[in-house]
Amino acid sequence: MEVVLAIVVGGLYAAGIYMLLRRSLVKLLIGLAFLSHAANLLIFTAARLNRAAPPVIAPGEQALTAPYADPLPQALILTAIVISFGVTAFALALAYRTYRSVGSDDLDEMKGTEG
Amino acid sequence: MNILILLPIAIPLATGIATLLAYRSRMIQRWLNVIGSTALLAAAIVLLTEVAGQDILVTQVGNWPAPFGIILAVDLFSAIMLLLTGIIALAVSVFSLFTIDAAREQFGYHQLYHFLLMGVSGTFVTGDLFNLYVWFEVLLISSFVLLALGGERAQMEGAIKYVTLNLMASAIFLAALGLLYGIFGTLNMADLGRIIAQGLSPQERGPVTALAMLFMAAFGIKAAMFPLFFWLPDSYHTPPVAVSALFSGLLTKVGVYALVRVFTLIFIHDTGFTHTLLLFLAGLTMITGVLGAVAQYDMRRLLSFHIISQIGYLLMGLGLFSAASLASTIFFTVHVSIAKTALFLVSGALYHRYGTYDLKKLGGAYHHMPGLAVLFLLAALALAGLPPLSGFFAKLGLVRAGLAQGHYLIVAVALGVSLLTLFSMMKIWNEAFWKDRPDHDQRISSLRGEGRNWTTLLISVASLSLLTAIMGLGASPAFELALGAGAQLMNPDLYIQAVWKGAP
Repeated sequence: MEVVLAIVVGGLYAAGIYMLLRRSLVKLLIGLAFLSHAANLLIFTAARLNRAAPPVIAPGEQALTAPYADPLPQALILTAIVISFGVTAFALALAYRTYRSVGSDDLDEMKGTEG
Repeated sequence: MNILILLPIAIPLATGIATLLAYRSRMIQRWLNVIGSTALLAAAIVLLTEVAGQDILVTQVGNWPAPFGIILAVDLFSAIMLLLTGIIALAVSVFSLFTIDAAREQFGYHQLYHFLLMGVSGTFVTGDLFNLYVWFEVLLISSFVLLALGGERAQMEGAIKYVTLNLMASAIFLAALGLLYGIFGTLNMADLGRIIAQGLSPQERGPVTALAMLFMAAFGIKAAMFPLFFWLPDSYHTPPVAVSALFSGLLTKVGVYALVRVFTLIFIHDTGFTHTLLLFLAGLTMITGVLGAVAQYDMRRLLSFHIISQIGYLLMGLGLFSAASLASTIFFTVHVSIAKTALFLVSGALYHRYGTYDLKKLGGAYHHMPGLAVLFLLAALALAGLPPLSGFFAKLGLVRAGLAQGHYLIVAVALGVSLLTLFSMMKIWNEAFWKDRPDHDQRISSLRGEGRNWTTLLISVASLSLLTAIMGLGASPAFELALGAGAQLMNPDLYIQAVWKGAP
């Protein structure tokens, strides 16, 4: 399973970076979204994939009994998903406004700030 | 539980909310902004006096003990950076009292200003890597909106580049975090430092060094390090001057702070490779930045390139990796943030008077505004490193640390770059202040330079410029403080033990 996920993560990174290198603004945004998905999946994979009990202390016990699943990576991923959701929404709005003011979604047209 | 540590986060949050509640009155928002920034500065001063006795303050959020919960920790370095945040925040908030247009104020300038400060303060106090990521995102999203607020075409183009590269940096940072957690099962910085200091097995060394490189790339983008700086000169000159000045004073320094923290506390297992690489990149950052600056005629673009070149000096201190060199980096950070913000504010004052940033169209400012000219000269010569101003002592410290360790090449580069810095500062002086105005028939709005607007502009510029002079004249106590901070950084056990001991 790790191997499959590793290939998926690698594929997402490759696709994301390829999209970032295109000239279109929309593809740029898709590339950024791919990168953040790849990072989330990477955390998921790096934190071990195992079939274990949920991390809930059984009634009457004082501590967790191994093996239990590590809940922290999922908390990290959840936080990262929420952040990337907000940031992507902002980037979409920014891209739309840029398209309106530049009149094109070609990044090569946006060289007004270079000197 | 130490409430004092929470204040640098809580004050900007409260101010941001208060300005939201006062959204009907722009005047109230402005003064709330100044009051909130003053409170932040006051809190930072109190924190610094608490920490100056060599104690490291630690708070466990939610009372979860050390490696499990999120830790907030303030050592001398953090406290100095918080003080710097307070100084820049106050000066820029005074500057923006009457220079931000109505539309920007209505769409949340003052709120974003304080949420940005909250993110910056958060990165300085946190002791947890994932929490650091979250604070980075808090400050990034505020900075995105501040940069794009107003919606001019140049702003949009600059913002696209800024947003793209910073989001890439965040993705790299997040991936590095995940892998680090996969290896060590912890994200507490002190815990990571403790584990790595105990020695790594040969199979771990390779991955950990690779992760160190990922962190270097992620923070390097944010700090505008050598091959990763291209977003900065394309975006920093597009928003209103107050925003440029705030960004130049704080945002790249946050990247430097993260680099220093990570490469003194966690990744010190292979300094021969990582820190030599940092030193190498520091030299290239200095050179490319200053060469970019020499070619510019737009005042704000010129200053933006100088930000990059100065980042090289900060990294040089980290690359040399001794208590004295880290102390110089800390002193240099404070000096360069203040001087650079002052220079950006001067460019704003010139724009306020003449309506342009183009050095070819400017001129005669010395004749019209001798006071401003003197303030510019103070900040510019401090940046170039002339005694007795603050930049001289910062560079002296770095050069001495470099010579002591026999890194003669980087010392030669640092000195050569300072000459070019002096040259480009003199270019601004000659073009904007000394030469006659090129076209006399162009209307000089003498009225624009009058009244309370002008007074607040001058107060904010003057306070920062005089501060660089004071830091130079009183260099001894300031450097003592920086030396204390450098010694703490070189002895990560102090930090680790303070975190382990928990709330004092």
